[in-house]
Amino acid sequence: MNFWEYLSNRHQQLLTDAYQHASAVFQCMVAATVIGVLIGIVAYRTEWGASLATTATSTILTIPSLAMIGLLIPIVGLGVPPTVIALTLYGLLPIVRNSIVGLRGVDPSLVDAATGIGMSRLMRLVRVELPLAWPPILTGIRVSTQMLMGIAAIAAYASGPGLGNEIFRGIGSLGSKNALNQVLAGTLGIIILALLFDAAYVLIGRLTISRGIRA
Amino acid sequence: MPESSDGHAATGATIELDNLTKVYPGSPAPAVDNVSMEIKAGEIVIFVGPSGCGKSTTLKMINRLIEPTGGRIRIGGEDVTDMDPVKLRRKIGYAIQSAGLFPHMTVAQNIALVPKMVGWPKPRIKARVEELLDLVGLDPGEFHGRYPRQLSGGQQQRVGVARALSADPPVLLMDEPFGAVDPITRDHLQDELIRLQHELHKTIVFVTHDFDEAIKIGDRIAVLRERSHIAQFDTPEAILTNPADDFVSGFVGAGAALKRLNLTRVRDVEITDYPTVTLDDPLQEIFNRLRGSGTNEILLLDKRHRPYKWLRRGDLMRARGSLARAGTLVSDTVTRDATLRDALEAVLTDNAGRVAVTGRRGEYEGVVDMETLINSVHELLEADRLDALEHQHELQELRSAQTHAEQEGAEGGTKA
Repeated sequence: MNFWEYLSNRHQQLLTDAYQHASAVFQCMVAATVIGVLIGIVAYRTEWGASLATTATSTILTIPSLAMIGLLIPIVGLGVPPTVIALTLYGLLPIVRNSIVGLRGVDPSLVDAATGIGMSRLMRLVRVELPLAWPPILTGIRVSTQMLMGIAAIAAYASGPGLGNEIFRGIGSLGSKNALNQVLAGTLGIIILALLFDAAYVLIGRLTISRGIRA
Repeated sequence: MPESSDGHAATGATIELDNLTKVYPGSPAPAVDNVSMEIKAGEIVIFVGPSGCGKSTTLKMINRLIEPTGGRIRIGGEDVTDMDPVKLRRKIGYAIQSAGLFPHMTVAQNIALVPKMVGWPKPRIKARVEELLDLVGLDPGEFHGRYPRQLSGGQQQRVGVARALSADPPVLLMDEPFGAVDPITRDHLQDELIRLQHELHKTIVFVTHDFDEAIKIGDRIAVLRERSHIAQFDTPEAILTNPADDFVSGFVGAGAALKRLNLTRVRDVEITDYPTVTLDDPLQEIFNRLRGSGTNEILLLDKRHRPYKWLRRGDLMRARGSLARAGTLVSDTVTRDATLRDALEAVLTDNAGRVAVTGRRGEYEGVVDMETLINSVHELLEADRLDALEHQHELQELRSAQTHAEQEGAEGGTKA
C-alpha cells in the first residue's frame, strides 16, 4: 500500500486525530496565554519578579517532554489531563517572556501621560499598556503554538489525543508495511496544522493590532 | 466661578501651594523644599529654572503624579492633598513633552479619553472632539481618524493640548510641552497657546527651561533655583528690568532691555503722523505738500492706501514729471500688533531710520522712527523700575515679618 492509498483508506481516523490534536493545542494555548499574560502583568514591574518568572518558566522547558508526561501520569492518570497540563506548562515561557518584554517596552512617558490624564491602574493596563504590548505578546503566542504542535505528539505516550498516536503506532510496528506511512502521515499532519495555525495568527494580528502601531 | 478683571467669566481656578515639600526616601536633602505660592484664577504662571531644580517635580505634585511628603495643595479653595488622585487628575488638564499621545488610538480616540472617563454622553463627546480640533487649528474632517504617527511633531503637540483641554478642566498643567519641536513650530505653538488662553482663561502652570519662552507666554514667572526655592515670582517686565539677585539676572541672560522690547507692542507707543500723498495726486500738489510740511520727505501711498514709496525733495527734482522712477520703495512695514523689537529691527535696517505702521489690510496708519522708539523704551524701563521697586519693597516687608515671626517662635521654643 503506498502513502496515498494509506491516506484515502484511513482519512476518517486521520481527520479525527488531526482535529483532536488541533483542539488540544488550541485549548492549551488559551490557558497558557491567560496564565502567561497574568504572570507577566504581576511580574513586569520589579526586576526580581521578572527574572523569577522567566527563570521558572524556562526551567519547565528544560524538562524533557516524555519525562514530564511520565511524571504526571502517576499524579493525574492517563489520557487528557497529563496532556493538557504538560502542554500548558510548556507553552508558558514564550508568552511570559514576551509579555514582560512588551509591557516593559511601553514608553514611560505614555504611562506618565495615562496616569496624568486620570486613568486608574487597571484602566491604564487595559487601555494603554496591554494594547501596546500586544504585538510582542502575539509573537510569543505564535512561537508557543509552533512548539506545542510538536510536543503534543508526545501526548500519545500517555494515551492522550492527537496525531501522536499515528506516529507512536508506526514506531511501535516498525518493519510492518504501514509503519512508515503512519509516521509520515502523523508528521505531515502536524506540519500542516502548524502552518494553518500560523496563518490564523497572521489574520488575528491584522484584526487585533491597531493600525497606529502596526509595523 | 470667580470673575476675572476684564469681566469675562474665568473658567480657571486658583491654585495655592502651601509649604509643599518632597523628600525622596534615601536622600537627605529634599527635592522640593517648602514651596509656597498662590496662582490666580485665569493666569499663566511659568516655572523656569535650570535642569534638576525641581520645577517638574513641583508641577507633578499639583496633580499628585508625585505625592508630596509635606504641605498642602488647594485648587479653587478646595484642599486636594488627600483627595483620590485619579479623580483629581480628571479635573486637571495635563500636557507633556512630545505630546504623549497613545499611538494605538486615533486622534479622536485620544481626545475622547477623559470625557469618556468622566461619563459624558456619546453625542456630546463627538461634538467636543470636533470643537477642540477646530480650536487647536486642525481640520476635524481630516485629522479625526488619523493615528499619531501620521502627524508632524507640531500637529501631535496640538492634539496633546486638545486632549488636555478635553473635559474642560479649570486648570492646565504643561510640562515642557514644546520642548521637542523645531524652533519655528515652537513659535507657532506659543502664539496659538496665547490665543487660546485669550478665549479660555484657564489657570495654566507651564514648566520650561527656556527663559524667552517664559517671557513670551507668562503672565507671571517663577524663577526657581535648586530645591525649587523661589528666587523671584513676578511679571516678565519686572523680572527683566529688576532681577532680584545675581541668580535671576544670570538666568535672564544678556540683553534684558532688548528682551523687554518683546513685551510691548507698537500700538502701545506713540505713532507719529507723516505727510502723505497718493499716486493719483498731481505732481504740483505733491510739491506743494512737501514744501508746506516742513519735512524733507513725504510718503507716497498706492491706490489702496498702502505705503508705496518714500519721496525726498531731490527725488522730485529729478523725477521730471514722472513718479515712476523717483523715490525709494517701501521695503518693510510693521502692524500695530508687532512687538517693539520687530519695529526696532525694521527701523535699524531702514536707511533713514523710520518704518511705516500699517493696519489690517496693509493701509497706512502712521510712522515710527528711532526717536519715538528710544523715548518710549526709556519711559517703559523707568515705569518697570518703579513697579519692581514697589514689589521688592512689599516682598522685603513680608520677609522681615516672616523672619520676625520665626525668631519669636524660636525664642518661645527655647524658653519652653
